[in-house]
Amino acid sequence: MSVAEATEAAARVAAPTGTARLTSPGSPDLATHLATFGPLPVRAGPAVLLDELRASGLEGRGGAAFPAWRKLAALPARERARGRRAVIVGNAAEGEPQSFKDATLLRVAPHLVIDGLLTVAAAVDAHSVHLYAQSSVLESVSRALAERRDARSIQLREAADSFISGEASAVVSALAGRSPVPQDRTMRLTESGLGGRPTLLNNVETLAHIALISRFGAAWFRSIGTPSDPGTRLVTVGSDGKSSTVLEIAGGSRLGDVLRFAGIDPGSLSAVLVGGYHGAWLPASALEARLDRQDLAVFGAAPGAGILMGLDARHCPLTVAAAIATYLAGESAGRCGPCVNGLPAMAAVLGRLARGDQDPALAAEVRRLAGLVTGRGSCNHPDGTARFVLSTLTVFAEDVAAHQAGRCRKDHS
Amino acid sequence: MTRDEPRTLLHIDWTRCDGRGLCTEILPELLTRDDWGFPLAPRHGSDVPVPDRLVDAAVEAVALCPRLALSLLQR
Repeated sequence: MSVAEATEAAARVAAPTGTARLTSPGSPDLATHLATFGPLPVRAGPAVLLDELRASGLEGRGGAAFPAWRKLAALPARERARGRRAVIVGNAAEGEPQSFKDATLLRVAPHLVIDGLLTVAAAVDAHSVHLYAQSSVLESVSRALAERRDARSIQLREAADSFISGEASAVVSALAGRSPVPQDRTMRLTESGLGGRPTLLNNVETLAHIALISRFGAAWFRSIGTPSDPGTRLVTVGSDGKSSTVLEIAGGSRLGDVLRFAGIDPGSLSAVLVGGYHGAWLPASALEARLDRQDLAVFGAAPGAGILMGLDARHCPLTVAAAIATYLAGESAGRCGPCVNGLPAMAAVLGRLARGDQDPALAAEVRRLAGLVTGRGSCNHPDGTARFVLSTLTVFAEDVAAHQAGRCRKDHS
Repeated sequence: MTRDEPRTLLHIDWTRCDGRGLCTEILPELLTRDDWGFPLAPRHGSDVPVPDRLVDAAVEAVALCPRLALSLLQR
């Protein structure tokens, strides 16, 4: 197809109108992709893409919510001038057990992710392009890559199966053939990453949005969602005892609505964990809050990677939280002393509290240990774990008091 | 950054540090030890601001760390 034909074809395909954007293709094959979205528009220069992304307000969907345009802009011009071309990485490691929206996206719309990778790679004249994804989706991604010639440059790699496998420096380490664990960093990856080259990692959902923004524009992107969380986002919604489901929702949707949409009765919950195991709890009284940065900030939470886990009101929150803290302690990469020692210690004290030890000093000791590990690791695993544990003590203060008084009547199994 | 904030940072590479504690002896004003012996700077994490009068001691700590876990950064 010539450029003119491709442009014309793209013009013939209307932009998706509802909340189903990323999830609108009925089938993951290339023909359906092209019929749904039209071909990739003629490659825009880096300045055009940067402006469009900036106007869109798209933020990263991997958890850190870094503005997509700023990440692109962070590739230092001087490195390009020195001929050190950048490495582009699509990240679908998704080690968080409560999340499977990236895997779902790669099964439903792999070509959007590929389009996003190619768009970013073309804009920066990339040296190499990598896609890092868990084993469960390798087959569907391989099939999609084989369907198109323009994707031959994309190198697919299986992600390590661990909670922290998606941490940026851990991904770069794995791609370099080394251990998939976080590295000490004194330089940004956008300055020096894989092979010493400037390296740009994007979550695969972010890339899929980029593919749509480069087709239909920033104004279209912002036509759904709230000013502080424009566009749609993929969320993984579940509750303890009920398996999770992936939904595409308008940015800034109310938590209660999202839960109901996923078939969970908000009235049956005592709280919702927002942002996964490194996230924070919102009490049942706060489920009118919107899933956007502003509303969630009060609770120390953020939309993050779009994970909502409801907690059944009959279950003891401290028991659930202690199990999660124990899991997270076990997922330490085992390299940084404060994390190796501090996380198991913190989880153990929370566990004593959960099991009915009435020592009045326990809650304060959990808080002290949380403070001790925060900021003292090469990645944010200790920080995220501490945030989760502190949120537990704050939001479930009544349960803590009930435990200390020996009168918690909830289910401890 | 205010004018009084130190420009020199002592960076701790936690992936190398195993808590021998030499740095905490050389820089007692800056570092104590946590429950497990690892260097602890109250209110700071991996990058600890070094006041001008302690820069020489910090340079010594970097040189003497048996694990090569310390470095100085300028901000």
